[in-house]
Amino acid sequence: MSYLEATDLARSYQVGRAGFLRKPRSFFAVDGVTLTLNKGETLGIVGESGCGKSTLARLLLGLIPADRGVLTLQGQQTLGVSETEWRALRRRMQLVYQDAAGALDPRMSVRTQVEEPLHIHGLPLDGAERALQAVGLFGAMADRYPHELSGGQLQRVVIARALALEPEILVLDEPVSALDVSIQAQIVNLLMDLQRDFGLSYVFVSHDLSVVRHISNRVAVMYLGRIVEDAPRDQLFADPKHPYTRVLIDAAPKPDPSTRRAIRLEVGDPPNPADPPAGCGFHPRCPLAVDHCRKEAPELRRVAERRVACHLVSEPFG
Amino acid sequence: MTATSLVHGRRFSLIRRLSNTPVTVLLAGGFMALMLFVMVFAQVVQPYAFDHIDLLNRMAPPVPLEGSTWIHPAGTDTLGRDLFSRLLVGTQTSMLLALLGTCLGAVLGVALGFLAAHKGGIWDEGIMGLVDFQAAMPWFIIALAILAFLGNSMVIFIAIMALYGWETYARITRGLVLSAREQGYALAVRGLGARPSWIYLRHILPNIAGPLLVQLTVNFPSTILFETSLSFLGLGIRPPMTSLGQMLGEGRDYLINAWWLAVVPGLTIFFITLSMSILGDWLRGKLDPSLED
Repeated sequence: MSYLEATDLARSYQVGRAGFLRKPRSFFAVDGVTLTLNKGETLGIVGESGCGKSTLARLLLGLIPADRGVLTLQGQQTLGVSETEWRALRRRMQLVYQDAAGALDPRMSVRTQVEEPLHIHGLPLDGAERALQAVGLFGAMADRYPHELSGGQLQRVVIARALALEPEILVLDEPVSALDVSIQAQIVNLLMDLQRDFGLSYVFVSHDLSVVRHISNRVAVMYLGRIVEDAPRDQLFADPKHPYTRVLIDAAPKPDPSTRRAIRLEVGDPPNPADPPAGCGFHPRCPLAVDHCRKEAPELRRVAERRVACHLVSEPFG
Repeated sequence: MTATSLVHGRRFSLIRRLSNTPVTVLLAGGFMALMLFVMVFAQVVQPYAFDHIDLLNRMAPPVPLEGSTWIHPAGTDTLGRDLFSRLLVGTQTSMLLALLGTCLGAVLGVALGFLAAHKGGIWDEGIMGLVDFQAAMPWFIIALAILAFLGNSMVIFIAIMALYGWETYARITRGLVLSAREQGYALAVRGLGARPSWIYLRHILPNIAGPLLVQLTVNFPSTILFETSLSFLGLGIRPPMTSLGQMLGEGRDYLINAWWLAVVPGLTIFFITLSMSILGDWLRGKLDPSLED
């Protein structure tokens, strides 16, 4: 059952001028993303730094305006709505930030900050206590200030603040990347418990494949602002189709370091998003690229439960 | 760490902090506390009314000097008015005016700074244009002209004091707001569905209060100098009212026969200015996180 649906979502940024009289150059951080989040499921979004994951996360919530595209929540338009409707939408979808310490006001106690969304929306404040307990922060802990808490505790506070409004969707933007590995596991398990208890739907943005693999039902792989592959978790990890997905999965550390890499990148660095290559965005780094890839950008084609954007992946998968 | 030991830790650190505070800062703080006391209680402490004339004891010097009298231990002026009482009331007037002028200017400047940052575009351009205009104008000369033409009105005088220095607050506030509202916490609260006014008042203002407070302490001495200069020239506080500047102006004519008439209020102005500057400097160091130990 489709729940949150994005169609052809795009967002560009300006990157200064080449000269005083020239037009400012702009590039698309997110360029035509179409995706679906089903109720109660977790959609993982992976990709390397600068591929537009965080921009996509903010676009999905309507926190930044989109250049084009359609976004619906249960069939209801969420882009370009009035200020009042936009504010009401905040109760239904919330963002959890990577930088928990930065996302909290240093001069307010944790409890005040978890109560704040309830204040803003005129709801009874006892929801804050429930949210704090749901994330495992009890008693006096909540009366402390952000600088008195550890990174893991701060991330719990940010999650509690998002939960206080009892939203249906949480978009998690790299929620564990700033944490120690042991704390990462605690937070990921907490998120999975919360999803089960409150029936939440997650969009989980991360560059960490192992975490995404652990928590997601579906995984979308982003490259240069586009989705290049999108498949159910097990299918994607067992049988990646897009060369970039294969490189990503292959690049993850393995228990046995002597295993040979099946596929290697041609060029290490990703291209400059302000000056994307012609044709398929991945072709300069793609070890399998052919002439056709340099000329024409591949469409994201649906095949069975999977979508993939590559000329070399023909139907049926071979 | 348990709750009680945390409280004890804080108390100890408070004592340690106080003993770590430089002596000059403690002296400056003490002097300003005294001045604030005078500002509030001048009428309670004064031995005479500030305009009580005692013609038999005119131009009496302060006590250790020859010809002094214990009836007026701090001396008297040309009309035999008690110098100590006048000093108290003059300090009160100057402090009140400077405080009022500083606070009004701060409120005006901060409000305009927020407005410029929030509205952007033509509002921003307009307000910042006003700021540049105000900064470029020789405000003291213009104040002289306004007071000379419009005469002795307390309302005009206070308005002129308030307009002195507002542009610094506006400029500082605009910059601080522009950067603070891009901070994670401001964006996060916006993402919770808060209105801009909520974010500005509950989050941004408390977080930028430090630098503004420092600016307040920097602005106060120049405001008090502004008031005393105008009164010295006879265009601010005029007789029968008195202020430190007015006393200084009156005493100027008797520097050879009765130097204390000018020197005592002059020193008071000097010490208020100095103390406030020392406190402001110290506060700036305290509130700047990059200088924190």
